[in-house]
Amino acid sequence: MLTVNRYKCCYCGACVGVCPTCALELVETFIEVSPDCKECGICTKICPVGALEVKA
Amino acid sequence: MSMKCDLVVVGAGPGGSMTAKTAAQAGLKVVLLEKRQEIGDPVRCAEGVGKRALCEMVKPEPEWIAAEVKGAKIYAPDGTSIVMSEDKSGSEVGYVLERKVFDRALAMQAAEAGAKVMVKTRALGLLKKDGVPCGVSAMRVGEPLQIEAPIVIGADGVESKVGRWAGIDTALKLKDMETCAQFLVQDNTIDDEYTEFFLGNSIAPAGYAWAFPKGEKLANVGLGVLGTRSKPGEATRLLKDFVKARYPNGKVLEMVVGGDPCAGQIESTTSDGVMLVGDAARQTDPLTGGGILSAMQAGIMAGEVASKALTAGDVSKAGLKEYEDRWREDIGKHLTRSYEFKEFFVKMTDDDLNQLLGSLKKEDISKMDLRGMLRVLFRLNPKLLWELRHLVV
Ligand SMILES: Cc1cc2nc3c(=O)[nH]c(=O)nc-3n(C[C@H](O)[C@H](O)[C@H](O)COP(=O)(O)OP(=O)(O)OC[C@H]3O[C@@H](n4cnc5c(N)ncnc54)[C@H](O)[C@@H]3O)c2cc1C
Ligand code: SF4
Ligand code: SF4
Repeated sequence: MLTVNRYKCCYCGACVGVCPTCALELVETFIEVSPDCKECGICTKICPVGALEVKA
Repeated sequence: MSMKCDLVVVGAGPGGSMTAKTAAQAGLKVVLLEKRQEIGDPVRCAEGVGKRALCEMVKPEPEWIAAEVKGAKIYAPDGTSIVMSEDKSGSEVGYVLERKVFDRALAMQAAEAGAKVMVKTRALGLLKKDGVPCGVSAMRVGEPLQIEAPIVIGADGVESKVGRWAGIDTALKLKDMETCAQFLVQDNTIDDEYTEFFLGNSIAPAGYAWAFPKGEKLANVGLGVLGTRSKPGEATRLLKDFVKARYPNGKVLEMVVGGDPCAGQIESTTSDGVMLVGDAARQTDPLTGGGILSAMQAGIMAGEVASKALTAGDVSKAGLKEYEDRWREDIGKHLTRSYEFKEFFVKMTDDDLNQLLGSLKKEDISKMDLRGMLRVLFRLNPKLLWELRHLVV
């Protein structure tokens, strides 16, 4: 499962731009993850603050 | 609730506001949507722009210019530096803006031209009739809103969805995005007169660090790392190291993070009833990451083409082709060239970078433009730059 640490997230939208399945949405100040997430982990690498993590 | 207009623009950054202003000035009924409650905030930018190109599009106002610089200094990993004067060093220097004020001022200009600005209003998807986009569905302060319009502009930044909703794949590969972090730093050692660029794979792998002055001993100090060379949280971690090493007594007053596209020209930026502008169209300079000016330029083009297409009664992809042609002829050519430089730059080792900048030490480059400097670099380092020879002549 992809988890978003909302205490870390600075709502910049970088993760949304790289998600190949369009599973993320930046709702002003928080990130929503849709069921389309394939847990590929691409977004976790781009996050400048490390707010995203794919957990088993 | 529902409403009707000629053009709905999604995103009130520089790209969206310039589109809305241009179209409204041409007499179109324009709605400009922004999901944030405050336009321009939080910032995700180092705020550097070229003076000349900016002033061709808008009248500069003192309230949104934080600093004016003389030129740029570029530092090699070994600390060697070269200096370029402002009028020669291209589009990234000149002014350092206050984007919170600048972005709002541009939205205000759009409003003054007649556009209806709606904040805290997020586009959720495209309205479609027979499969063809005819507006957007949105949420305005938690309430549903439908806006019918023959043309939709996606100026929705790095997180753009409008293109994807219209069937244009704008997803960025990790190799085509820089992940960035920036602090607003106050320190006595800050150079108030020059923008500074720091190269080196241990400072910012396949990217660079920057310091853009913002007035009295203040600067946007940040860095970008290529997505393929990044790990979770890497940009912030490297920035902390950089600031600690370069400004040991510096005080951090603000934090900015963001993704900066470095993709070059994407295949398509139009579909029936849809045009993409600025970061949404990935029109950012792949080498420098600068995207304010190209977003504004593309916005003006999109606004003009929207007006023409509505007059001609053809808003299909074919009817909007003029936008595609115009931005590619101008911004696009630059992106392609810059993308080749970027693809080369990201492979360079610190030794390569030291050699290149070191070779310029004995040359007088103060009066050269970027092209002239490249020519000299190529003359001095033909082996290293062999792959780029077609770009240098
Ligand atoms: C760290 C960093 C440093 C940079 N430094 C520079 C620099 O020094 N110089 C330079 O020229 N460029 C720089 N850039 C790039 C520059 O910030 C962008 O290219 C520029 O902001 C693009 O403008 P835009 O109008 O296309 O998009 P944005 O300015 O990103 O505006 C998009 C707007 O759309 C809104 N939006 C998104 N989705 C929706 C939706 N569904 N509904 C409603 N609204 C929506 C967003 O909230 C946002 O306000 C930098 C970028 C980063 C990340
Ligand atoms: S990239 Fe990280 S900081 Fe930026 S919006 Fe996504 S989770 Fe938040
Ligand atoms: S893990 Fe992959 S599919 Fe899931 S949100 Fe991140 S990028 Fe998208």
